[in-house]
Amino acid sequence: MDWMTTIGQLINTTLVFSTALIFAAIGGIFSERSGVTNIGIEGLMTFGAFAAGVASFYAEDAGMGAASPYIGLLAALVMGIIASLIHAVASITFKADQVISGVVINFLAAGSTLYMVKLLFDGAGETTLLKEGLTKWPVPLLSKIPIIGEGIFNNYPTTYLAIILVLVAFYVLYKTSFGLRLRAVGEHPSAADTVGIKVLRMRYIGVILSGALAALGGATITLTTTNTFSHNTISGQGFIAIAAMIFGKWNPLGAFGAAVFFGFSQAIGNYFQLFAWSKDIPQEFIYMLPYVLTVVVLVAAVGKSSAPAALGEPYDPGKR
Amino acid sequence: MSKVFKIFSVNSLLVPLVAIVLGLIVGAIIMLIGGYDPLLAYSSLFSTVFGNVYDFGEAIREITPLIMTGLAVAFAFRAGLFNIGAEGQYIMGMTAATAVGIKLTGLPIVVHALVAIIAGGLAGGIWAGITGYLKAKRGVNEVIISIMLNWTALYLGNYIVNNFLLQKGQQKSEEIKDTASISIGWLSEAFDNARMHWGTVIAILAAVFFFIYMWKSKQGYELRAVGHNGDAAKYAGMNVKKNIVKAMFISGVFAGLGGAFQVLGVFHYQAVFTGSPGIGFDGIAVALIGMNHPFGILLSASLFGILTYGSAGMSFGADVPPEIIRIVIGSIIFFIAAQGIVRWVLKPLYLKRKKEKVL
Repeated sequence: MDWMTTIGQLINTTLVFSTALIFAAIGGIFSERSGVTNIGIEGLMTFGAFAAGVASFYAEDAGMGAASPYIGLLAALVMGIIASLIHAVASITFKADQVISGVVINFLAAGSTLYMVKLLFDGAGETTLLKEGLTKWPVPLLSKIPIIGEGIFNNYPTTYLAIILVLVAFYVLYKTSFGLRLRAVGEHPSAADTVGIKVLRMRYIGVILSGALAALGGATITLTTTNTFSHNTISGQGFIAIAAMIFGKWNPLGAFGAAVFFGFSQAIGNYFQLFAWSKDIPQEFIYMLPYVLTVVVLVAAVGKSSAPAALGEPYDPGKR
Repeated sequence: MSKVFKIFSVNSLLVPLVAIVLGLIVGAIIMLIGGYDPLLAYSSLFSTVFGNVYDFGEAIREITPLIMTGLAVAFAFRAGLFNIGAEGQYIMGMTAATAVGIKLTGLPIVVHALVAIIAGGLAGGIWAGITGYLKAKRGVNEVIISIMLNWTALYLGNYIVNNFLLQKGQQKSEEIKDTASISIGWLSEAFDNARMHWGTVIAILAAVFFFIYMWKSKQGYELRAVGHNGDAAKYAGMNVKKNIVKAMFISGVFAGLGGAFQVLGVFHYQAVFTGSPGIGFDGIAVALIGMNHPFGILLSASLFGILTYGSAGMSFGADVPPEIIRIVIGSIIFFIAAQGIVRWVLKPLYLKRKKEKVL
C-alpha cells in the first residue's frame, strides 16, 4: 500500500474516533469549570446515542431521507439537555453529592435506554440498522491536498463541527465575560456571588451545556460508526472523555489534544496488523496501549492536576 | 404525616428504606407507562428469588461479589478517595486466583485454596496500590488513573488467559485444580446444586473486619481523619501519603477477593472478557445505598443482588425488560443522594394537611 494513502487514512480514522471524545470532553469542561463534577458523561453520551438511533430511524421511516441523521442529532441535543437537568437539579438545587448524582445518570442511562429500545422495537436489543447514516463531506479543493486532504478535509460534518467547537469553547471560556463568570463560579463561588454573579444559574448553564455536548458526542458514534444503538455502543467512551478532560487540564485545546491522542491509539490498532514487524505484537497489548500511555504521560509530565478549586462543592449562599 | 416528615430530617436507617420504596414506585410508574403490570412484575421478581432453594442459593451467589466490591468502594470513600477502579481490581483478583488455581499443583486441599485467595486479594490490592501510590507521590487524580487501570486490567487479564491458561479451542481458561476450589459441596446439595461457596462467609467476615478496623483501631482513625481533612491530619502528625496508599491497598484487597471468590467458588475457570464484567461499577452503587457502612453494605448488596437476580424471572413472568431494575436502582441512589427532593415533594402535602385541620 502507498504510504501516503496509509497515513492519510490513519489521520482520517483518528479523527473519526476522536470526534465523540472531543464533544464529550468539551462538555465536561463546561460543567466542571462551573464547579460541578460530571462523572455522568458516560450516561449522557448513552442518552445521546440512543436518541440519535431512535429519532433517525423514525425520520427515515417518515421518508425524510438524507435529512434524518440531522433529526437524530437534534433529538440527541434535546435528550442530553433533559438528562443533564436531572444531574443539575439534584446536585445544584438540592446539593446532592455530585459524584453520586453522576453515577445515578449512568445507571438511569444504561437502564432506561435499553428499556425503551425493547419497548419501541418489539423486544429487540438494538435499534433497527439505519439506512442513512451521516455521509462524509469532502471540502472542495482542500481535500485534494496529499495526506492531509484525505486525512482532515474528507470527513464527517460532525468532525468539522467538533473542531470548530474546540475553538469556540476556548474563545467563550477565556475571551468572553460569560466564560470569566463561569470559571469564577467554579473557582470561588462566594466571591463570584459577592460581585453579583448568579452562581446557581451559571452552574445550571454549565451542566446543561455538558449534557447537550456529551449527547451530541454519543450521537456521532451512532450516526457515523455503528448505525445502530445497542448496550455496547458507548462502552466506556464517556470515561475516556473524562480522562481527556483531566489530561487536558480542563482547557478545550488540551482536551482536544488528549482526545485526538486517544483516537489515534484506537485507530492505530487496526494498522499494526498490516505490517510484518508489528503483526506479532499481541492484540491485547495494542488495546492496552492508550491507557498505559495515559498513565505514563500523566505521571511523567502533568503531575499535580489543576482542577477548578471549588469542583465538587455544592454552593450554599447562606454559608460563609 | 409529620412522622413521615421526621424520617427525612433524621439521618437514620429509615432514609435508605424510604428511598428504596420510592425507587420501586418509580419503577412501577415506568412499567405502567410502558404498558406492563408492575404488581405482576414485582411479585414474579420476588417469587423467583424466594420461590425455591436453588434460586435462593443462586441469589446469595450473586450477592457475594457485590458485598466485596461495595466494601472496596466504601473503604476508599471513608478515606476520602473515590475508587472507581474496583472493576479492574476485581479482574486482577480473578486472574491471579485462576493462575494460582491452575498452575500451582501438589498443594493440599485447604492450603491451595487459601494461597489462591491470598493471591487474588494481593493482586487486587497491588493494582489499587498503584493508583494510591501515584496519587500520594505524584498528586495525579485517582479517578483518571483508576479508569485507565480498569481497561488495562481487562486486556491484561485476557492476555494472561489467552496465552498461559487457555483451554484449547475455547474462549476460556482451563478448570482450576479441585484442591483450589472453595465450593461447599454439601451446602450446594442442600440448595439443589446452587453454587454455594466459602467466599460468602469470608465476605461477611470482611464486613466485620471493615467495621472493627475503621472504627475501633488507631489506623482506622487515621484513615478517617485523612478522609475528613487531609491538612488537619497532616498537622496532627499523621502521614497522609502513607495513609492514602494504605487505604487504596486495602480497598483493592476487598475487590480482588471478590474476583477470586467468583473463580474459585462459582465458575472454576475464567472466560475471556468481551467487555467489562461490571461488578466493580455496581460496587459503587452498593456502597452508596449502604451509606458507606459495612453493615449497610451487607443489606444493600443483598437488595442489589436480589433485584438483579430476580429481574430475569421478572422478564420471564411478566414480560418486562430486565433493564427496568437498573432504573429502579438508579432511582434509589438518586433519592438517597438528594434527600432534599423528597422533603421538597412532601412539604406541600404536609402543609396542606395541616391547613385542612385548622379549617
